[in-house]
Order: sequence, then structure tokens, then C-alpha cells
Amino acid sequence: MSFEVEVQIARGNRRIAVSFAGQSRLVALFGPSGVGKTSVLDAVAGLLRPDAGRISVGGRVLFDSANGVNLPPEGRECGYVFQDARLFPHMNVRDNLLYGWRLARPEHRWMSLDEACAFLGIGHLLERRPRTLSGGEAQRVAIGRALLSGPRFLAMDEPLASLDAARREEIMAVIERIRDELELPILYVSHDAAEVARLAGEVVAIGAG
Amino acid sequence: MSLLSPEEWSIVALSLKVGGVAMLGALPLAFALAWVLARVRFPGRVVLDALVHLPLVLPPVVTGWLLLLGFGAQGPAGRFLAHFGITLMFRWTGAALASAVMALPLMVRAIRLSLEAVDPRLEGAARTLGAGPWRCFATITLPLAMPGVLAGMVLGFARSLGEFGATITFVSNIPGQTQTLPLAIYGALQMPDGDATVARLAVVSVVLSLGALVVSEVLTRRGAGVSGSSGRGEPERHRHVL
Repeated sequence: MSFEVEVQIARGNRRIAVSFAGQSRLVALFGPSGVGKTSVLDAVAGLLRPDAGRISVGGRVLFDSANGVNLPPEGRECGYVFQDARLFPHMNVRDNLLYGWRLARPEHRWMSLDEACAFLGIGHLLERRPRTLSGGEAQRVAIGRALLSGPRFLAMDEPLASLDAARREEIMAVIERIRDELELPILYVSHDAAEVARLAGEVVAIGAG
Repeated sequence: MSLLSPEEWSIVALSLKVGGVAMLGALPLAFALAWVLARVRFPGRVVLDALVHLPLVLPPVVTGWLLLLGFGAQGPAGRFLAHFGITLMFRWTGAALASAVMALPLMVRAIRLSLEAVDPRLEGAARTLGAGPWRCFATITLPLAMPGVLAGMVLGFARSLGEFGATITFVSNIPGQTQTLPLAIYGALQMPDGDATVARLAVVSVVLSLGALVVSEVLTRRGAGVSGSSGRGEPERHRHVL
């Protein structure tokens, strides 16, 4: 499994040009805030169309401007964990968790609701509404929702940024277990050097320009 | 019921029918316009926005006259519909059309606000989880916008119940056919002994309008509670649709 990304993205008057190939299970995109790390992740997930370039994950081409390939987000099988959890406010935790699971083809599912609840310790939250969850709880549910959609890889955008120190430790441990126990490749965005040093097998530095 | 005479009840029934048909008929167009105005960026958007709002600020008698020009016996739309045996002039269906045109801006406004309040990042999240555009619309966008859509429907219905100027210009004031509540009140005012009728019908109007406004406000508040992004510290958004 590997990430091969080479894209140019124009956002307003700023240009983002990134090129990397990562073989590790957790590849970190590391750099200061505002250099476009999230844009790169959005491009990999299919939420943002790069101006040019090529994106492949595990040998599967998701985007290739030269050959007119641009899979829609729903076809990329990317479990995206957002910085702000982004749970659906009109559904309870159970329906949030099962949203992608229900849409996934049965043969693509590799985790059950019970397994996700046990793995993340969120079984007691199932009937709750997202707005009643703490930041750490919401982020664990968001991770569970992504895992249950049967993804081939995860994209994580600063999943610890909005959490306090105790919760950060808790989610960091979860991410390590996803990396080591589930062996799921992760493309991970962060501006925190300590976080990246602990989690990442490979670091791609993204700077301004 | 002894509160109203049978004729007065039939006026109320006709008003509800005209209002309901007008609101339901305008709904698909209102939703489409609200969607385009909320989500699509195109040149001429300002012009479309102004056109949609025109019946709100135009003298209703002008709107009625324009409907006469278009849908009257000599109008292009009127002649087209005549091929199918449909006449709107001096019929309750014409009253419904006039009401629909007058209700449209309010409905578009309420629905558009609720669509704009739906966080597009939630739709992006749904797409990454495997939802195609239509499923994303049906499971995320529409449910989140639904309180605003319902509020728009109630407002449109209430506006239709109150429609007077465009209706009387377009379809006249024909008892049993086009005489809705406001037109009946106007008619009774012309009668020497119509005071009691006016008072009774006015009370009915107040009750119906007040009820509609309360329902619409409740729906809008409920919508403000759920349509934002998830997580803690969600700001309490309160939107006025009028």
C-alpha cells in the first residue's frame, strides 16, 4: 500500500504544489497552518479537484488529469476524519456510525458496529445526539463512522487539534491501534511536531510556496 | 356550527382550498428557485433574485393585471391552456394562480435561508462515506433544510389566504367561485347590513393567520437547532424569514 500524490492546486491567489510517494502505514503531511495541507487531503478524498496532477493510493488511480480520471468522493473508499468531527446533527450516534456502513457494498465492509463500538469504546453513546457529545467522544464517533464505511485508507485532518491534553492522548492511542492492529494506511495532516514524530512512519514537509 | 352561516363556511372552505392548491403548486418552483439562488453562482443571479421578489413589492393590482395579460382569454398562456380546455379567468384555479404568484417570494426566501444554513462540509462528509449526490441530498441536505421548507409552506399558505389585490383584478369577486375570505370581507363591507359578517370573517382570518405564523416560527426555531455543524458550542442561530 502506498500513497502517490503529485498535484497542483490553485486556491484564490495561492498555489499549492505537492509531490510525494509514501510507503509507510502512516504518512504525515507536516507543516505550519495555512499552507494548504487540508486542501491536499481534500484532493485525495475527492472533495476538491486539483488543477493538474495524479493521485493514486495502493496502486489505484483516484485522479489523473492527463488521462481524465477523477473518481467522485463516493467512489474513492477513503475514510475521512475531519478536524471538527463533522457528525450529522440530525442523526443519533448509531445512525452516524452506520451511515457509510449501510452504503458500502457488503463485501467491502470489514468491521461491524459492535466491533467499532468495542474498538473505540463508544457503545454507551449510540442513542445520543452529536451535540450532546464531548469533543473526544465526537472524534471517536467520527473515526468509527469512517472505519465502518469500509475504507481502503484513512485521511485524517488534525484529528487532535480541537481536543484537550487528556483527550489527545486517548485519540492518539486509538490512531496507533488503527495503524498497528487494523493495518489501515493513513494519510495524516498535522502541524504538531511531537504528534507527527510519535505517529508517522514517513513525514512529508509542506512549506509555503 | 352556529358561529358561521353555511355560506360563510363555504367561503372559508374555498379559501383553504385556494390557499392549499396555491401553496402546493408553487412549492416545486419555489424549491427549485431557492436551490438555484442558494447554491448556483451564475451571471444574472441578482436579476433572478429581483424577479422572484417582484410580487412582494409590486402593487398587487399590477400583478393581477399582468396575470390578465398572460393568462386571460387573449393572453399567450391563456390561449395555450385553452387548447386543453383549461380556463383560469374567473375560476377558483385562477385565484389559486394569483395566490401562488404572491406567495412564491416568501416561500423562496424561507427555503433559500434554510438551504444556505446547511453546512456544505456535512455534505462533503456524506460523499466521502459513499453517498452519491442524490442520496446526499435526500439524507443530509433535505432533512436539515426541512424545517425551513415547512416554514416556507406555512408562510406561503398564510400569504395565499390573505391574497386580495391580484386575485380580485385577475378573477374578480364571484361568490362560490373566486370569493375567498378577503374578497368576501370586502364584499360584505359594501353591504349596508354586512357588519356582523365582516366581523366574523375577520376573526376567522386573524385566527388562521396567527396560527400559521406561530407554526412557521416554531419550525424556524427548531431548524436553527439542528442545521449547523456538529460538535460542542453550537451557536444558537435564529433566523427571521420575514
